[in-house]
Amino acid sequence: MANRLAAALSEAWDSDLAWSFRHSPWAMAAAAVFLACVGAAMLAPWVSPHNPFDLAQLDLSNSLKPPAWIDGGDPSFPLGTDDQGRDILSTIFYGARISLEVGVAAVLFSTVLGVALGLVAGYVGGRIDAFIMRVADVQLSFPAILVALLIDGVARAVLPGAHDSLAFWVLVLAIGVSGWVQYARTVRGSTMVEKNKEYVQAARLFGIHPLAIMARHVLPNVLGPVLVIATIHIATAIITEATLSFLGVGVPPTEPSLGTLIRIGNDFMFSGEWWVTLFPGLALVIMVLAINLLGDWLRDALNPRLR
Amino acid sequence: MRKGVSLCISALFATMLVAAPGYASTFRWASQGDILTFDPYAQNESFNNTFNSYVYESLVQYDKKFAVVPQLAVKWEQIAPTQWRFHLRPNVKFQEGEPFTADDVVFSIHRQLSKRSMTKSYLVGVVDAKKVDDLTVDLITDGPAPVLLRQLTDVRIMSKSWCEKHNVVEVQDYVAKEETYAVSHANGTGPYILKSREPDVKTVMEANPHWWGKPEGNVTEIVYTPIKSAATRTAALLSGEVDFVLDPPPQDLPKLKSDPNIKVVEGTESRTVFIGMDQKRDELLYSNVKGKNPFKDLRVRQALNMAVDREAIKRTLMRGQSIPTGELITPEVYGYDPTIKVPPFSVAKAKALLKEAGYAKGFEVTLDCPNDRYINDALICQALTSMWAKIGLKVKLDAMPKAQYFAKINKLDTSLYMLGWAVATFDAQDALINLVHTRDGKGSGEYNDGSYSNPKMDALIEKIKGETDVPKRLALIHDALRMHAQDVAHVMLHQQIIPWAMRKNIAVTHSADNRLRMWWVHVN
Amino acid sequence: MTAFVIRRLLQAIVVMLVVAFVAFSLFQYVGDPVQLMMGQFATPADRIRLTHELGLDQPFYVQFFHFVVNALHGQFGVSLRIGKPVSVLLAQRLPATLELSICAALLALAAGIPAGVYAGLRPNSWLARTAMSASLLGVSLPTFLIGILLILVFAVKLGWLPAFGRGDVVHLGGWSTGLLTRSGLLSLIMPTITLGLFQLTLIMRLVRSEMLEVLRADYIKFARARGLSDRAVNFGHALKNTLVPVITITGLQLGSIIAFSIITEQVFQWPGMGLLFVQAVSYADIPVMAAYLCLIALVFVVINLIVDLLYYVVDPRLRIDRAGASGH
Repeated sequence: MANRLAAALSEAWDSDLAWSFRHSPWAMAAAAVFLACVGAAMLAPWVSPHNPFDLAQLDLSNSLKPPAWIDGGDPSFPLGTDDQGRDILSTIFYGARISLEVGVAAVLFSTVLGVALGLVAGYVGGRIDAFIMRVADVQLSFPAILVALLIDGVARAVLPGAHDSLAFWVLVLAIGVSGWVQYARTVRGSTMVEKNKEYVQAARLFGIHPLAIMARHVLPNVLGPVLVIATIHIATAIITEATLSFLGVGVPPTEPSLGTLIRIGNDFMFSGEWWVTLFPGLALVIMVLAINLLGDWLRDALNPRLR
Repeated sequence: MRKGVSLCISALFATMLVAAPGYASTFRWASQGDILTFDPYAQNESFNNTFNSYVYESLVQYDKKFAVVPQLAVKWEQIAPTQWRFHLRPNVKFQEGEPFTADDVVFSIHRQLSKRSMTKSYLVGVVDAKKVDDLTVDLITDGPAPVLLRQLTDVRIMSKSWCEKHNVVEVQDYVAKEETYAVSHANGTGPYILKSREPDVKTVMEANPHWWGKPEGNVTEIVYTPIKSAATRTAALLSGEVDFVLDPPPQDLPKLKSDPNIKVVEGTESRTVFIGMDQKRDELLYSNVKGKNPFKDLRVRQALNMAVDREAIKRTLMRGQSIPTGELITPEVYGYDPTIKVPPFSVAKAKALLKEAGYAKGFEVTLDCPNDRYINDALICQALTSMWAKIGLKVKLDAMPKAQYFAKINKLDTSLYMLGWAVATFDAQDALINLVHTRDGKGSGEYNDGSYSNPKMDALIEKIKGETDVPKRLALIHDALRMHAQDVAHVMLHQQIIPWAMRKNIAVTHSADNRLRMWWVHVN
Repeated sequence: MTAFVIRRLLQAIVVMLVVAFVAFSLFQYVGDPVQLMMGQFATPADRIRLTHELGLDQPFYVQFFHFVVNALHGQFGVSLRIGKPVSVLLAQRLPATLELSICAALLALAAGIPAGVYAGLRPNSWLARTAMSASLLGVSLPTFLIGILLILVFAVKLGWLPAFGRGDVVHLGGWSTGLLTRSGLLSLIMPTITLGLFQLTLIMRLVRSEMLEVLRADYIKFARARGLSDRAVNFGHALKNTLVPVITITGLQLGSIIAFSIITEQVFQWPGMGLLFVQAVSYADIPVMAAYLCLIALVFVVINLIVDLLYYVVDPRLRIDRAGASGH
């Protein structure tokens, strides 16, 4: 067992992808930063000095403390506090957790939806294909943020009062639905190429169920591009979540994400409490940049033509 | 001094150059929320009343010391204990040309007393208005009505023929968000004419060239912009895009005071900000407690009251710009009882009280809150959620702009809500009638959105309304205020200190009712 | 040609109908329109009367037909939040959004094309590499953060530019413009940059890759072989051939700029349609949302149509392609 694992690992290590990774300092740096973000977010309850989501722990007398190294700072709040006395560092950890959770969940949702629709459109063709692609065209003409805002607004109208408790799922739905088109288009294209290949025709003659054919033969061939789209989409999803929260229609104010903190900090632009905006903003940019760099590298690495 | 004079001269010169014919000065100002409606009786919110007072006038008005002086009535006398006679100003015309007569006054008073009116409290005690002749009106009261004249400062006069012509004899149903002609059009006798109204964007008024009065100030055009974001409001004043900000964010006051082009006029406001609780329903609308209403239990209300750290709010969110209080009214208002103390802050006692009441584990409830009405309103509410979390309550916050907010809480669609009250009459009776008296649909309890109801309190208030003996009335008011505090009818938070911030070239008169009286504003 | 135009028009109408259907569903089925319009003093008889007046008791397709007819007349009902007709609100705010969007698009073109051409011609120069890295950073910076940073530097710290709003506007008929006053122009600078930056990076990357592609093409090699100067080859042939797709995509992007202005308008409190839309979303103001959706769709469809037709006129090769593509 251990041997087999070791073999698999060494095979992975020697693969093209890994080789390219080991020879791209940017990719390695980005991966390291991204892993650090994921780590901090996953371990937020344990590594954060405070729990900013527990209202009973907040104390107004701690509000708007500057970072620890500035006069008036408090070592227990390394990056200072916001107007409600929340520790900025802890809130960044917890906020990054929300961002990543929303991002990954929304991307999963998009991927499943997009890949399924793309496979069906490509494999079945005809009217179903035309219909799906027409819908895709229409949706593609609306930016994701607009679609997400619309879904959010409808959710508010349908669930008055319950919106806050469902905010997370509304965000996932809104961002997820707004992003499926790219997957569907890519998968459809590849499927149409694959389905006319001889091995698929042969499998069909053997009476294998179309679903099985799609899953076994078509899907593996489209995974590469899907992975690239998904990586970059996580970055977009995180930005969209931050934007919605910044616009005040994302997560509830008692459970701030990075976008919420930036919005709060906006009110203290003139009074000199810059840390409320700056640190969450930096965290957001660094996280998104790392994911984008990884996505760029992945695209180049998986696309031999560009090498 | 010489520099000042030369500046004045050059400013004068510049003005003359810009506006060759006539003499025009535009006054651009901002605060966080927008005007709700121009139907003067559809809402009783002091900011909205301020704006309506530019267009619509009343029989009487305040001078700078809040003494009652003539406006549309030139003189008045009490001809019987329940009959007041008002002699109207002759030769006054509405802005659209209709002559102002006794018919308009009678019509306006009836309109203001009608079912949908939200300003009936200013006519408390008035049962009818009767025309004597074209320029004389009698008001009939049900008793002596000791503060009638002060109430009348907020009874605005509309044109009868205009209302009939535009089908607005009925008051706008604000709660249902009804849209009538009178909501965005106005036709009064006042010094300013409503020129344009873009909700959320801009409202423009121009001086009324045919106004009967002589303006003390020199503003010929008013441009009002609502700016919700605190930083944006500060930025707009610093860059000179607006001349005046009614509610500068407390955190930006040091920056504003240090700017050579800005001056800040300090002053307190006759407003208290407080939290109301639904004390009527048998089960709260927004809570997980089923089958009973925790706010009916005095101990729960006391617990909420004691768990609020008013000093912390003052020190941090308000940056010193508030005066913590436990009393319904402020010292500026007649009837203030200095013996009522700020409720003590004690988490332990509050917890014990909750336990006694059977809520040892706390409960869930939603706090409704405006986010563009009072200074840092939504932030204070957010702080309250964490203060109450410390005694085990799980409070969800629902913050929204005042235009939606008032429609919601006036419908009593709330369990826990924030409200502020500035007493327009400067007499405690107004606050007691609006906020504490049982809601009766006839003018009492119009803003008692938690439906607090205590027969003893109602009896006291009824006595206050008719008592003409001054010391006796004061004692009654004190009794009522103390009963309000003991009952924790509201969780009182603080009195706002509202400095007004403006460009150096603006001269205004700060008013404790936080109303900017445009006819006293000078743009130099 | 006529057949092509008719087909495109029909497609556009179908798209609009689909969007109208979504808007209609929002309007009719999310929330109770009768409840919303009647308020607390309504009696059951009133409700029945209004239900009839609104046509809510009629079959579904009749209601949809009425909705479309009303929409064609620009009638989307009354905003639940402000209480004014939606058409009036949108008309008041359209000029602000359009001016901002067009300025942003012009900025993106004026800066993006030269930068892209440069990066395409000298792909290995340090300037090009820096520009490419910067563009990745540009994609990673959320729009609202760019706006806040600009305000912090140019309005708060330096005090050079106004931090919010449109400045003074001049009314020309039904149109309000900020382009004719000094404060209006100054107010336009930061929002334009904020809104245009993303498109700028997009256009730069696009022009660069198109240039690289074209420069590898045979006819460019022939041109060089014929001894034409670099200048003539680069700008006479390469750039010209690059521009067709660039202009198409930019045209299509104008629509997204209008939609993206939602965020910029919020940051700068720009009194446009986007600000109205965000507020509508926060308060579930369905009529405004539905109308905005239809309006944006219309803008997209019209732009798409124009671009398609232009493409058809400019590039004869595509006539065969397109005709073939829509044949199956």
